[in-house]
Amino acid sequence: MSRPMLEIVALEKSFGDLKVLRDINLRVATGEMVFVIGPSGSGKSTMLRCCNRLEEPTSGAILIDGKDIVGCSSSALNRMRLEVGMVFQGFHLYPHMNVVANVMLAQIKALKRPKDEARERALAMLDRVGLRHRAETMPTQLSGGQQQRVAIARALALDPKVMLFDEPTSALDPELVGSVLAVMKDLKDSGMTMLVVSHEMGFAREAADRVVFMDGGLVVEEGPPEQIFANPKAERTQAFLSRVRA
Amino acid sequence: MDGLDRFLTTFFNARIFARYLPDMLAGVWTTIWLAAAVIALGLSLGLLLACLRAYGWRLANFFIICFADMGRALPPLVLILIIYFGLPGLGLRVPGPLVLILVLGTVLAAFAEEIFWAGLTSVPKGQWEAGRATGLGFTQTLVQIALPQAARLALPPLVNRVLAISKMTALGSVIGVSEILSVASTAQSFTGSAAPLTMGAIAYVIVFLPLVVLTRLLERRFAWKV
Repeated sequence: MSRPMLEIVALEKSFGDLKVLRDINLRVATGEMVFVIGPSGSGKSTMLRCCNRLEEPTSGAILIDGKDIVGCSSSALNRMRLEVGMVFQGFHLYPHMNVVANVMLAQIKALKRPKDEARERALAMLDRVGLRHRAETMPTQLSGGQQQRVAIARALALDPKVMLFDEPTSALDPELVGSVLAVMKDLKDSGMTMLVVSHEMGFAREAADRVVFMDGGLVVEEGPPEQIFANPKAERTQAFLSRVRA
Repeated sequence: MDGLDRFLTTFFNARIFARYLPDMLAGVWTTIWLAAAVIALGLSLGLLLACLRAYGWRLANFFIICFADMGRALPPLVLILIIYFGLPGLGLRVPGPLVLILVLGTVLAAFAEEIFWAGLTSVPKGQWEAGRATGLGFTQTLVQIALPQAARLALPPLVNRVLAISKMTALGSVIGVSEILSVASTAQSFTGSAAPLTMGAIAYVIVFLPLVVLTRLLERRFAWKV
């Protein structure tokens, strides 16, 4: 395997006495889409949030294209975060600016792109998620699915090397989930490296290159989706999957 | 003289109105620029302190909180009297208008800091995370994302406080600053009539009512469409 785009090495995270992550090791190759599944409280979201240091790891290393994000200074961290796009469960669009301004803000302030260029790029990304016609709308006037697609466009506009998805469809009405998954599928097909925490098992099965099952702060099992879903080896994986399917 | 006449000559004596109109206009002007200075000082200092507090430096925050609590606990009149009549004892004479601006501006800053801070703390954590995750620094996230949302939440209580404290420029009358009330009460003691006080009340309404209306319009404009 060539150098992975995202590599998590011996990652540990504690909140006080509570050990949430114990020795996580994970590699995501360039262009690979890795799904992380597991029961709530298993540490999946915490692991994902360590990848751009929204959570500060207790120990371990996280390499983005070979550079460690854990040890770096705060200014280097801001630069590295440009390479790691993140999509949240709750969208977190800025309610005081319209859609295109949402997508432009970090391009201008963090990436220092000229305004015209940022706008052009923002419109192109909105086009990609099918929302160019809503560019001048305020976020609160969009449906949840549309808001999440804008959030994806906002992350993509910074030309990240990796995209992190933290339960991107969990807050959506069922009929809106499909539009977000379609954007994610399109993103994968274009070669984006993606690490996804999600409960969308059907989508994982169809689109993921690899599925990682986490429980109790550990990676219990990983493999291609066919194997994890059809023939899970670990007992905990089997138990979890049977609960989810039931 | 029947009751109505008596009422009118006591409160609305036209001769007295005419005589003191020039003084009153000067008083109105003084009140306006004093209030403007108090608002400018109070809001900018309050905003600055609330932003500083967001950085979470323990020592700085200790002083900011002390400042805000003292500023809100002390009646402004006490501070005004201490500075105006006390400091000359140390050989430091502060002119009346400056005392008024410093004290009222500081008191407004204490309230404004708390109001802005309350606004900042009610901006959801996810907003900060979204900003930081896209490579914005703390200050950029504060200025671009948190503050505009905090300001919107802070606007109604802030407006009330600004109005309440601007009106306290009337306290200038106890330290010889010739603002509206000062002019009115001087005229009242010369004429022995309550008419100058009525005139002062009308002047306050003329000065502050447009401000109230303006802030209403501002509030409506500031609310983003939901």
